[in-house]
Amino acid sequence: MTFNSIKNDMKVIGEIIILFKDTVRCLFSRPFYLGRLWEQIVHLGIESLSITIVIGVVTGLVMTLQFGYGLEKFGGTLYVPAIVSLSIMRELAPIFTSLLIAGRIGSGISAEIGAMNVTQQIDAIRALGTNPLRVLVVPRLVASMISLPLLATLSAFMGILGGLVIAYVEFNIPAGFYLNKVLSTITISDVFGAMFKCAFFGIIISILACYRGFKTREGTRGVGSSAKWVVVRASIVILISDFFLSKLLILMFD
Amino acid sequence: MKKILEIKNLVKSFKDKEIHKDISFDLKAGETIGLLGPSGTGKSVLLRSIIGLEEIDQGEIYFHGKRIDLLTEEELYPIRTKISYAFQNGALFDSDTVFENVAYPLFEHTKLSEKEIELKVVESLKIVNLENSLELMPSDLSGGMQKRVGLARAMVLDPEILLYDEPTAGLDPSNIETVVEVIRKFKAKGISGIFVTHDIPTAKKICDRILILKSGKIAFNGSVEEFENSTDTYVQTFLSGQ
Ligand SMILES: Nc1ncnc2c1ncn2[C@@H]1O[C@H](COP(=O)(O)OP(=O)(O)OP(=O)(O)O)[C@@H](O)[C@H]1O
Ligand SMILES: [Mg+2]
Repeated sequence: MTFNSIKNDMKVIGEIIILFKDTVRCLFSRPFYLGRLWEQIVHLGIESLSITIVIGVVTGLVMTLQFGYGLEKFGGTLYVPAIVSLSIMRELAPIFTSLLIAGRIGSGISAEIGAMNVTQQIDAIRALGTNPLRVLVVPRLVASMISLPLLATLSAFMGILGGLVIAYVEFNIPAGFYLNKVLSTITISDVFGAMFKCAFFGIIISILACYRGFKTREGTRGVGSSAKWVVVRASIVILISDFFLSKLLILMFD
Repeated sequence: MKKILEIKNLVKSFKDKEIHKDISFDLKAGETIGLLGPSGTGKSVLLRSIIGLEEIDQGEIYFHGKRIDLLTEEELYPIRTKISYAFQNGALFDSDTVFENVAYPLFEHTKLSEKEIELKVVESLKIVNLENSLELMPSDLSGGMQKRVGLARAMVLDPEILLYDEPTAGLDPSNIETVVEVIRKFKAKGISGIFVTHDIPTAKKICDRILILKSGKIAFNGSVEEFENSTDTYVQTFLSGQ
């Protein structure tokens, strides 16, 4: 890491913050593009539903299996519902869903905006007297802030249900006991905490993707490398910020 | 005649590549200027600078006597509905249909009903002979057709100035005639224009004045008659190259 590359990274971070700030300003003034927002919610949220459900269920299955056998050695099978549901609700569902969306949607947004940029469509939006931030960024930002928390909550719910099945089949834990334990373990602040984290990750994914899309220059190859850039950067930022956000949430609610 | 647009001592460079060293001219109300110059002299960059798509390094740009080069991007949006730029390559929204492309400025800047917008879009497309392509995607169109859709989109808001970036390049003779007719109609309505082209015969047909760019400066600025009778060797190369 040379001095120049650090300087360059600082510049990128600065530009991303400015983009975010300008987008937020657009968020609070007319015109709003509700049609475009809905389009993005469908594209981002609804079209990610099935894959989110699959990931959620599978996570629940495998976590219950691992914790079940791990804890069985110490006679701790009864703790399985609490541990599985808490880890899924607080960490696994938000993180897996966000990483999945970073891959599925982040790369898509940056490729789409990047392609519009190299074909002068962004210039056309400006030349026609309209603001690309309003037309392109705001709908994507808001859609991911809304969709991601809901997807993650759904994923957690499916994971806990998946856990219920394995707990019963493999470890003979009755469904009633499992559900009771889950309900007494998970609090409303766990759910809102997870949603809050996901809303934050949604901002990270959409802003990084839009930023990189606007920065895309050198033709078709640029579009591809931008998509890659977003997935890698967004994933790293999500994982790192997850640590600090989790710490913050624990300080606030535990 | 009143000046509608004034460019004063415009300087523009990219990194260390100087494109415009000192450009000054003005456009009068109702006038159409033909802007000529070899490929790469910065004709497109000049048009883009006028509407603020490119930031200029020095100089001043006035629209109706009001300075516009210092305006912020937000302040430029309303100006850009009055000074319209028809991109060299069309720059159509390629995920939207032809109809949606031409309707876009109307949905954004007018309060017309959907019915009225539809009528206006069809009317604009009729002018460029594309009223039967409403539901096509840009990728289904030839380059020349895309350009004409771009022209329809640029004129649908009835701007005061139209900046045409090589609207006839790559078109067949009958469609060149169509575009010439379009520009004539605008002139008749009193709309001013800057017409960038390599097509000298067409420029002579529809322009009131000819400007020639050469290495970052204006090498010639005069009426079509002066252009044709010029003895300047640089101007001669354009006249003989037609
Ligand atoms: N964004 C940019 N960054 C760097 N250089 C640029 C940029 N845009 C244009 N240029 C350079 O500016 C010069 C002028 O380009 P421009 O497109 O205005 O030429 P032109 O006169 O319109 O040519 P043509 O007749 O082929 O359309 C070219 O040398 C081009 O490489
Ligand atoms: Mg050009």
